[in-house]
Amino acid sequence: MTIVAAMCLRIAPWPAAVVPFNPDWVLLVLIYWGLTLPERVGIFHAWFFGLLTDVLTGRLLGQYALAYSLVIYICLKLHKRLRQFPLLQQELFIFFCLLLSQLLLFLIKNLQNPAQLHAAFWIPVFTGTLFWPVVYFALRFVNLARSLK
Amino acid sequence: MDAIGNFFERCGILNKLLGNSGWGYQSRSCTIKLLFATGPSINTRLLVAVITSIALLVTEHNNQQLDKLRSFLSFVVDPLKYLVSVPTNLLQNASDTIRTYASLKEENQKLHESQLIHQTRLLKLEALEKENIRLRALLDNSFKLGEQVLVAEILSVKAAPFEHIVTVNKGTRFGVHPQQPVLDANGVVGQVFRSQPLTADIMLITDLNHAIPVEVNRNGLLTIAVGSGNLNQLILPYLPNNADIHPGDLLITSGLGGTFPQGYPVAVVDQFTSQPNKPFASITATPKAQLDRNRELMIVWSNAAPIPLTGKPANETTEEKQHAQP
Repeated sequence: MTIVAAMCLRIAPWPAAVVPFNPDWVLLVLIYWGLTLPERVGIFHAWFFGLLTDVLTGRLLGQYALAYSLVIYICLKLHKRLRQFPLLQQELFIFFCLLLSQLLLFLIKNLQNPAQLHAAFWIPVFTGTLFWPVVYFALRFVNLARSLK
Repeated sequence: MDAIGNFFERCGILNKLLGNSGWGYQSRSCTIKLLFATGPSINTRLLVAVITSIALLVTEHNNQQLDKLRSFLSFVVDPLKYLVSVPTNLLQNASDTIRTYASLKEENQKLHESQLIHQTRLLKLEALEKENIRLRALLDNSFKLGEQVLVAEILSVKAAPFEHIVTVNKGTRFGVHPQQPVLDANGVVGQVFRSQPLTADIMLITDLNHAIPVEVNRNGLLTIAVGSGNLNQLILPYLPNNADIHPGDLLITSGLGGTFPQGYPVAVVDQFTSQPNKPFASITATPKAQLDRNRELMIVWSNAAPIPLTGKPANETTEEKQHAQP
């Protein structure tokens, strides 16, 4: 459900000035659930939602799937340590996760056609890191409501 | 007893959630389940996921055989696109509803006038078309039939940040297929780039990866207009410094390449700078179509196979007789 909302945010008609800053909401939400419920959210979930994101944004099938499953793999490996970290340290981790995913997308794009890519391609990494606390607290609220049910 | 136990457990979860660590631990049974997890290990899963995604990437990059998978998945995803564009549509409808009587009346009058003008022009067009067919028949040439259009509405969706691609609400269900030209009331907008059952993606002529064959309307000079990445600019990179082209010249589609039908306005040249030290001049043009303001677009079916007229002069004469009688 939250992932659906994230997908909506991803393609929402932001004003043109905001569009390059639009962070990768789907990945942020997936990371949260990967850290919180590692026994429920697996790599194949990430892969599947990555595939849906590919279709949603009209990319070559499999590139978001690849990036998301790798990032979620790291999250699942490190979730026990990461839960203990303060928010600032988590932010650093999220930054590297987003950077990794964007780097993979960049490599795939470059293989496809080595065209000139805007420097603004990397902006979502930074905005995503900035928005992590928002996602974190919003989803923690959702998680709380869910576990009370 | 169970209920009380559950309650305490929930309190524990709540405390942990509100506490410093912040992460909601699941109840203990889940953690134990993880310890004795069945199925492949996390490394194997990663390997499988990575291999499948790379396989998908390679197959789709080499040849487009995954259209079925994509259109199947798009059944899941396309409703989201409609959902996202609901608020914008509602706003649009609201602003349409609360317009004043005076403004509507004014608009009606304007439309009426323009309709009259167009009608009179059309009167002549029919005669001109007939004349054109006759002349082409004389020249042993073939004549292309007219085009059919479908009006599609843009969904307010922004999928990829650096691409000029818009999504419309008509897809393969309406027979929309890739490489169809798309127009608006003023000129060429772009071409259909990918069509799914419920939606279709249209690449605008200003996209960095788009090029359209054009000719200068004044003298028939052929060239190619390439997208610049700006919504209000096209670039003509392949014209020499001594080319006969001026600011203000209208560029129309040349019909070469077969995607776009011939004769639709594309852009107006707005700057010509000769570069003496380089083989080609730097020329920019402004698209005629209002790429950022449109709500409705027209998807065109052009009749790709030209109809030979040279073989049937008899048909021609009967048509003329029919015209002559009334």
